Amino acid sequence: MRFDTPATTNPIDQLKVIGQPTDRIDGPLKTTGLARYAYEQHDVVANQAYGYPVGATIAKGRITAMDLAAARRAPGVLTIVTAENAGKLVKGNFNTAKLLGGPEIEHYHQAIAVVVAETFEQARAAAALIAVDYAEEAGSFDLAAARDSAEKPEASDFGGPPDTSVGDFAGAFASAHARLDQTYTTPDQAHAMMEPHATLAAWEGDKLTLWTSNQMIAWGKADVARTLGIGKDKVRLISPFVGGGFGSKLFVRADALLAALGARASGRPVKVALPRPYTFNNTTHRPATIQRIRIGASAEGRITAIGHEGWSGDLPGGAPETAVNQTRLIYAGENRMTATRLAVLHLPEGNAMRAPGEAPGMMALELAMDEMAETLGLDPIAFRTLNETEVDPENPKRPFSQRQLVECYRIGAERFGWDRRRPHPRQVREGRWLVGMGMAAGFRNNLLATSGARVRLGEDGMVTVETDMTDIGTGTYTIVAQTAAEMMGVPLESVIVRLGDSSFPVSAGSGGQWGANNSTAGVYAACVKLREAVAQRLGFNSSDTVFAEGEVRSGNRSVPLAQAAASGALTGEDSIEYGDLAKTHQQSTFAAHFVEVGVDAFTAEVRVRRMLAVCAAGRILNPKSARSQVIGAMTMGVGAALMEELAVDKRRGFFVNHDLAGYEVPVHADIPHQEVVFLDEADPMSSPMKAKGVGELGICGVGAAVANAIYNASGTRVRHYPITLDKLIGGLPENV
Amino acid sequence: MRSFTYERAASPAEAAAAAARQAKAKFIAGGTNLLDLMKLEIETPGHLIDVNGLNLDTIEPTPEGGLRIGALVRNTDLAADPRIRRDYGVLSRALLAGASGQLRNRATTAGNLLQRTRCPYFYDTAQPCNKRKPGSGCSAIGGFSRHLAVMGTSEACIATNPSDMAVAMRVLDAAIETVKPDGAARTIPIAEFHRLPGETPHVENALEQGELITAVTLPKPAGGRHIYRKVRDRASYAFALVSVAAVIGRHGEGRFAVGGIAPKPWRMQAAEAELPRGAKAASAALLAGAKTTHDNAFKLSLVERTLGAVLHEARG
Repeated sequence: MRFDTPATTNPIDQLKVIGQPTDRIDGPLKTTGLARYAYEQHDVVANQAYGYPVGATIAKGRITAMDLAAARRAPGVLTIVTAENAGKLVKGNFNTAKLLGGPEIEHYHQAIAVVVAETFEQARAAAALIAVDYAEEAGSFDLAAARDSAEKPEASDFGGPPDTSVGDFAGAFASAHARLDQTYTTPDQAHAMMEPHATLAAWEGDKLTLWTSNQMIAWGKADVARTLGIGKDKVRLISPFVGGGFGSKLFVRADALLAALGARASGRPVKVALPRPYTFNNTTHRPATIQRIRIGASAEGRITAIGHEGWSGDLPGGAPETAVNQTRLIYAGENRMTATRLAVLHLPEGNAMRAPGEAPGMMALELAMDEMAETLGLDPIAFRTLNETEVDPENPKRPFSQRQLVECYRIGAERFGWDRRRPHPRQVREGRWLVGMGMAAGFRNNLLATSGARVRLGEDGMVTVETDMTDIGTGTYTIVAQTAAEMMGVPLESVIVRLGDSSFPVSAGSGGQWGANNSTAGVYAACVKLREAVAQRLGFNSSDTVFAEGEVRSGNRSVPLAQAAASGALTGEDSIEYGDLAKTHQQSTFAAHFVEVGVDAFTAEVRVRRMLAVCAAGRILNPKSARSQVIGAMTMGVGAALMEELAVDKRRGFFVNHDLAGYEVPVHADIPHQEVVFLDEADPMSSPMKAKGVGELGICGVGAAVANAIYNASGTRVRHYPITLDKLIGGLPENV
Repeated sequence: MRSFTYERAASPAEAAAAAARQAKAKFIAGGTNLLDLMKLEIETPGHLIDVNGLNLDTIEPTPEGGLRIGALVRNTDLAADPRIRRDYGVLSRALLAGASGQLRNRATTAGNLLQRTRCPYFYDTAQPCNKRKPGSGCSAIGGFSRHLAVMGTSEACIATNPSDMAVAMRVLDAAIETVKPDGAARTIPIAEFHRLPGETPHVENALEQGELITAVTLPKPAGGRHIYRKVRDRASYAFALVSVAAVIGRHGEGRFAVGGIAPKPWRMQAAEAELPRGAKAASAALLAGAKTTHDNAFKLSLVERTLGAVLHEARG
């Protein structure tokens, strides 16, 4: 189905099932332990063996010797695979470094071997017996030091051009009534998902099946085939449940390749999970950024010049963190520029983490906006409202498909009690707490991608949906079922959803908050096909056929839906494919984030007291699972603001705090009352579903709202995340 | 994890004797720290002696008016004991500030005293660490040291002791009762229990090979306000950047020990003498001679300010 004109009224608009706060249909499986994650696929093939990875312990250099003898002799060991005996391997298109390194080492904990044994314990013990000698080379590990060597990266689909310029930024900034020129930094961050990367691999002849934990099945299938030099038709990925990904599982990682190689070498199915420390240095992370923001404004507060430059680092051949992109779109201003620069760093490879680009970009931009509002003597909401735009500021002929950001501010301010905020900092004290409020805009683009599905009406009347779409904890199973139920006029209980299998039609996958809208639009398209098939078999005129309450109705006739399949199941398969609507209209999602914090007047500990997000993101397919997405993202935003930082050892080039004790993320006690409001929207430009994404919108801006609240509470402006107490303690009142 | 042999001990003396027979023997009780370290091959005992069955899990009054806490009393039970809550509140509060409910259910009193540092370089077996591998060097000096020590360090090691419980026990003047492999018992004041690293950071306490902790005794209650204030980057389930255990009298006098800044709970009489003059004076005395890194220099003002918070609370 081609979607190239705005959606009109369609069966989804009935909102009998879609739009309802339905409990997730996979919930009972998860709460009872029956949902099988990759490493728990104990029954799918017999005779499973265990692989344990060995990681490099230098950041850069070469292996000069590797002694496998003791490990080979260890109890239970079946085989050891290294780059030397693995056969020819081609680096995947989505990987910057090789998934199996050696003799050249590209980063710390790059996998250099997998030990396969009868038991997990035997594999782990034998892996520890492998002795490796290295010739270590000097590397570049410090972004601040490498900043001046950063170069202009290539333009990319996701990242856009490295330089943008409209009007005369330099001239307008120089002559502006009020100016801000500040530098902000965000640290390297880890996805820190609960389920580590894990794969069970089994060969049957020349065919490989991987039960894995992956967000993007088709990407993974293609890269596995490419890496192993086998046909795509020989590879099957199965990933029905994913215990968190946040971008870390967009691409196949070492667990998948090591399991495949171990299985090939041992002739046994092999499962490999990355040990927790490897999830920090072996996989990808969100790269640190340095961001310079300049804003010039008139006396009344109109932005006349806005510039945003971002620096980040990656391994040679890698890509930048595109932190400047939202600044091209979010505020008005005739003169504007952005620049993205990329330095070479020999840390583990950087890549996407929840809202790549916007998450760190908004942490800086929205902090700068707060500073500028103060300079101008304006309320932060008033300043933002004054600079609202309804069109793409770089191309005023191109409107936003929908933009209710000001409404988000208005409703948020009212619900949060923003009028109680004191404009000057450090005015409110409650006992030991200095209390303050902060806000920030939230902004994340809505991305469109082809997505397919197959829907079958069985002889028993059950509707089965199959797509390679994944549910990474987001609620995909449920909204896919809701879509099919709405389209086919059946209750939710009559829908079976099967996801995450590369033998199903290729979907948009889960990433970039594009999963919900695109995957359900693909199911919509397939259901349209199935409805046509049903109508045809029943001899109905498909144009006026109604599917409701388990029946198919046309004119005076009414037939149970199941009857259409009585003589054999019917199938509809299709994809949603998009025309130019995303080019003619800018599609984005919007939020206003409000945060109240307390800063301990003695110790500078920061505790969030309450949070509110008001979101404008098109039709909300399931308010309950959407709310879960947003509160999860808000929690992650608090982590980014207050505690999350991969500590870089700049001498040896690795992330030191590589476990969940050292890399702190918020715990329950850190997260108080959270409220989420969704504006009642439907965006006809996005898809027949009229929906957009929320899972990344929820994090964009949260960190800055926390930072701005801390400033309002304490009077200390911290521009370097995370805002830990050591950065605040010097600015507190004298000790009692 | 290396392979190991395992036995269940029948009595404290037998456990100690069994441990002395094998150089690479370790006791195991709750296992909340040791098992993690074994999986990472930071600890590689060849033999484990399970002491869980030794009936050292009661809290009894002592003739001196204090309490004897069995070595195997779980942290949860100790924190909840009505006598501890009434007379040694600082200890109950310190315990509840540590770890999680699940860990406290398993962790024992003796094991808590013996838990090892959380220095990240100690946890990465690829990195030099004098505590893990004597003579290999200290990666933390010049590395990421935000959580590490500012007092009592050496050129060989700047690790901290991560225990909350031990800080409270230090302020309470607890004593550690042990039995040696030859059956002899002794009592070690907590002030002398943990060792400073010097040139031998792998030697962390006064125990001899095979010596088994059987109990911790508390002297009779000291009165005063019992306060434990733990400061960390998140609200729960994190090790202290700085913690203060204090027992403060009516006029601001009293005692205090500080956690998170040294290889052992840090307490000095000279600092306590300054307490009535306030946090600034007391912390200056406590921290005289501090040796900081770029990452952890903030701990000096944090100690002063946390102590200030404690004194404020004591007055309130």
